[in-house]
Amino acid sequence: MRFSIYRFDPDTDASPYMKDYELALEAGDMMLLDALILIKAQDDSLSLRKSCREGVCGSDAMNINGRNGLACITPLSGLKEPIELRPLPGLPVIRDLVVDMEPFFKQYRSIKPYLINNDPPPETERLQSPQERAELDGLYECILCACCTTSCPSFWWNPEKFVGPAGLLQAWRFIADTRDQATSERLDDLEDPYRLFRCHGIMNCVDACPKGLNPTEAIGKIKGMMVRRTV
Amino acid sequence: MVKRTVVGAHYGIMGWLVQRISAAIMALFILLFLMVLLDHRPLSFDIWKTLFSQLWLRIGVQLFVLGLFLHAWVGMRDILMDYVRSTGTRLFLQVLVLVSLSAYAIWSVRIIWGN
Repeated sequence: MRFSIYRFDPDTDASPYMKDYELALEAGDMMLLDALILIKAQDDSLSLRKSCREGVCGSDAMNINGRNGLACITPLSGLKEPIELRPLPGLPVIRDLVVDMEPFFKQYRSIKPYLINNDPPPETERLQSPQERAELDGLYECILCACCTTSCPSFWWNPEKFVGPAGLLQAWRFIADTRDQATSERLDDLEDPYRLFRCHGIMNCVDACPKGLNPTEAIGKIKGMMVRRTV
Repeated sequence: MVKRTVVGAHYGIMGWLVQRISAAIMALFILLFLMVLLDHRPLSFDIWKTLFSQLWLRIGVQLFVLGLFLHAWVGMRDILMDYVRSTGTRLFLQVLVLVSLSAYAIWSVRIIWGN
């Protein structure tokens, strides 16, 4: 199988380049990450992030044949050769396939991704009805791999101002949580031409999400709630 | 001086709503206007003139045109916010769009309500 992989080492390279690799193997039921580990055995200068190798940690997000995804849950058999691998777009490259996630996490932190509840903690849990708990389905599963946010042109143009699909999905996760008491503060913070309204609903995020989540729908719900409190 | 990134203008939902409502008004009017035109085939200048002498059609066209300008304002502002990085240039272009759209709006009143 043929691969073409983005290489860049800021210490030695003046500019990035694509390097070709070849592996003598049948795709079978292997995942892309398995192949990358074999390539790294050939050439240990290749840098990439990986950890859980089963689509839970979100470390090995990369641009695979032009689409963002997780290498560990992308079957080799479905990929057209040569398989072109690049780092996630829109984030500074540290080396090869490793990007600086700080702009992404900065936006994530800005939405206060934790429960805000000023009541004294009860003896047991803060209970929710099954219906209230169901509101969080499709939101809490996000693993923060950044596939969605780095596929969003609005984030490419305004990474320091636009929260991005992952951050907005998490913002809605806490707005939708009946145990959270900061709903209006959260809406105030998001009602901003840049933080929320750079989303034009092109749905690249939905297309990219390896967990099958729908940030565009979450953003629509945030806007819907703003309409309800405005008109 | 270090320029810090600032956000928190606290507006946006009204513009977003206006964009959607104006789109619905325009879509409705286009359908209605097409039906009126199909109803008056073959179209001649005289028929066109009689059509436009009716108050309801003039009001309809005026609403359509105003919806178009409001829609264009939100859309143009979005494009400029997306792509123009320099605040000064962005402000200049936004004012330019606003002034042009206002001029078009006044001009449209003259076209629709004049003889």
